Amino acid sequence: MTGMPGGDVTTTMSEGPKRRPAATGEMLLEARHVVKRFGDNVANDDVSLRLAPGEIHALLGENGAGKSTLVKILYGALQPNAGEIVWKGAPVVIESPAAARKLGIGMVFQHFSLFDALTVAENIALASPKGVSMAELSASIERVSAEYGLPLKADDRVADLPVGIRQRVEIVRCLLQSPDLIIMDEPTSVLTPQEADQLFITLRRLASEGCAILYISHRLEEVRELCDRATVMRRGRIVAETDPATETVASLARLMVGTEIAEVHRSLSDRGPPRLALVGLTLPSNDAFGVSLHDVDLEVCAGEIIAIAGVAGNGQGELFDAISGEKPAATDGAVIIDGHPVGYTGVNGRRRLGAAFVPEERLGHGAVPGMPLSDNVVLTRHSTKDGLVARGLMRFARASEIVGLITDRFDVRKGVADPEARALSGGNLQKFVVGREVDRVPGVLVVSQPTWGVDAGAAAVIRQSLIDLARAGSAVLVISQDLDEIFEIADRIAVISRGYLSAAEPAAAMTRERIGLLMAGGAEKRGEG
Amino acid sequence: MRLELVKRPEMSRKMMLLSPVIAVGLTVITAGIVFALQGKDPLQGIYLFFLDPLSSLWGLEQLAIKATPLVLIALGLSFCYLSNNWNIGAEGQLTMGAIAGSILPVLAPEFDHWVVFPMVLLMAAAGGAAYATIPAALKVRFGTSEILTSLMLVYCATLFLDWLVRGPWRSPTGYNFPITVDFNSAAVLNSYDIGGVYLNFSTLAAVIAVLAFTVLLRMTLKGFEIRVIGQSPRAGAFAGFSARRMTLFTFALSGALAGLAGMMVVMAEIQKLQPSISPGYGFTAIIVAFLGRLNPLGILVAGIVIAISYLGGEAIQTTMQISSKVATVLQGMLLFYVLACDTLILYRIRLVGGRSSRETARA
Repeated sequence: MTGMPGGDVTTTMSEGPKRRPAATGEMLLEARHVVKRFGDNVANDDVSLRLAPGEIHALLGENGAGKSTLVKILYGALQPNAGEIVWKGAPVVIESPAAARKLGIGMVFQHFSLFDALTVAENIALASPKGVSMAELSASIERVSAEYGLPLKADDRVADLPVGIRQRVEIVRCLLQSPDLIIMDEPTSVLTPQEADQLFITLRRLASEGCAILYISHRLEEVRELCDRATVMRRGRIVAETDPATETVASLARLMVGTEIAEVHRSLSDRGPPRLALVGLTLPSNDAFGVSLHDVDLEVCAGEIIAIAGVAGNGQGELFDAISGEKPAATDGAVIIDGHPVGYTGVNGRRRLGAAFVPEERLGHGAVPGMPLSDNVVLTRHSTKDGLVARGLMRFARASEIVGLITDRFDVRKGVADPEARALSGGNLQKFVVGREVDRVPGVLVVSQPTWGVDAGAAAVIRQSLIDLARAGSAVLVISQDLDEIFEIADRIAVISRGYLSAAEPAAAMTRERIGLLMAGGAEKRGEG
Repeated sequence: MRLELVKRPEMSRKMMLLSPVIAVGLTVITAGIVFALQGKDPLQGIYLFFLDPLSSLWGLEQLAIKATPLVLIALGLSFCYLSNNWNIGAEGQLTMGAIAGSILPVLAPEFDHWVVFPMVLLMAAAGGAAYATIPAALKVRFGTSEILTSLMLVYCATLFLDWLVRGPWRSPTGYNFPITVDFNSAAVLNSYDIGGVYLNFSTLAAVIAVLAFTVLLRMTLKGFEIRVIGQSPRAGAFAGFSARRMTLFTFALSGALAGLAGMMVVMAEIQKLQPSISPGYGFTAIIVAFLGRLNPLGILVAGIVIAISYLGGEAIQTTMQISSKVATVLQGMLLFYVLACDTLILYRIRLVGGRSSRETARA
């Protein structure tokens, strides 16, 4: 749980929408020649951006392209080293997020900044000026949210709300300030397709009222559908401004990456015997805000990739921990690897049976940030037959050798031979973490969010390696929120919702609509869905 | 003109070695200022405080005697701290270890055989380890804060020792003084003449322990486990390492070393038990552990530096009539400078001329 963004809000609560439109033809916001340096790294290099009132403007770019830096400057969380920002025709200095909100700039974050234990109204009150009674606030929350098709109950506790509704809380909190510009950072990454469609309706309605929307997304398909204009950033610079409707997904991706992206090749799967089986896996959560797993059944066979789709926070983390052995199961037979019941076996015992795991969180779970890559190889492979430990002593030469193998095969780019894990960029570290496990040629591989926050080039490399591993006879289980990725690599698809897992169905027979229904709770009614 | 801290992409190895040296240099300068403010000759003060203890054989001997228990205890503590276990109770473990080790020489004084010596050491280590296991077990079982429990158990241990030497263990021939009988010859650490300096076995044990801990920490899977659990508990669990077992292990290990250190101080210096057996070695060792940046070799150096400050404090008091409490001030300054200089490991300093970035942005 992170704190609330920004400090005190000094704006007065609106008595209803009362936008002061920018004069016709005038730009709402212009960033002119903005430069932002972090040490020697130039995150924004002479960046200029123009937003007209009422437009939905996409900001595209790979990770590290400088989008977040630019957005933070516009929201007052960072100060530029050079350049100026012009708001409704007048140059302004946005000193803090509170100042940004006062100007009429709102932001909806990718990672929610809500307190689980508080109600919707209490959460919104925290970011609101003092002196407004809870009753007044609750009334305006329910009125504004209903008006924009995002209905909320003011006295619901946030912990009880699904992720899609939590996002509504963030959006409504933003709307209550009647902003002229809303910045949205990857808003649909936590939504089902149906919820995303509902959000688009709201955004179009806001735009028609003159509110501009700066929309950051990696999902190029939805950018084409929703946005009027798109600005593409690469390595801190603006490389293109275009009308996304006239582009294809491939051409947009090319603009972002600067080169062609390798296509992932998938041959037909030849399914063998089951290698990983979950049998009635039930795991009560011991965290008040965690998700319990209910009677999960799944068989992953040799040669296939099964993907588990689902909106974040529906039990994916708990499922991963149960399969990896970080959390023991209630019965030994609930998790079976190659015929061996391993419900009581720890993570290393499961690794010795040929299983390998890649958790969602790269730094701090999959790798120790402050340790060199060679130590991070030892992290997951010290007890398998890799010759990394002999009579209790670590064999450093062997660890470096494995780092070399992974580097060559997965094109891990690093400045020195054996850097600390935290010195690698997200995509390169992910290639390393996946490579570390794939290099073992595991019989069972479980990967959570294999390409989360990874650039398109690295994502293609990782996905191809998963497919190759499966085709060579391993069973691969992918837990992902990215439907494009799932359709690209999965042979069968299951959906997780509030700790229930739907039956895995062939990918060819699955549609986005059906996955959306399962995500929205259809998975919980087993047999019917 | 102003100074700017610029983050380094990686930790600087050079600065890891250099930062304590800079810190010591700054402490010397501060010491000079402190002496000058008291109207004394700063150069003479610096000489007496930092160098005089090193200039005589007797000084070196005292240095070894003071540094030995500090280094032994700090080694154990460093493993605790590296694995995120906050053992603050080494002083109590030292006391309990010394009590456990004294069982044989106090209750069976006529048992004078070479086998007593290793048994005394073993029982001291076991006593310290057992006492340290109490806060560890409480943490693992009930989630209590080991900082509080280990600290509070220090007072239990020192009061228990006080009761023992005044009550059941009081020497019948000690004129009612709160002391036990003198240890027999088998339970005494003898000093040997090594190049004019009289040293006992405990100093050798400390040096061996430094080497053993270096190997353990850097080259074995156990040491790797300690570092992983400390830096990233979640990654530790993913590697299949148990944080609970690690809590028990590091507490027991540091308790054993503290018990051993306490026993050897008793065997070498006072050869009986009395209400006070340690001038706070268990607490000072915490400073030594951090000053040595939780690195065994660093702890050896830090133990010597802190020992010098003890002796230097005595030297300036006797020669220049400056309160020996200045030594405590300078120990604190040293730790302060070390922590401040550690910033240089992750950041470098850059001089920036002209207007600040904020002003440029406004222009």
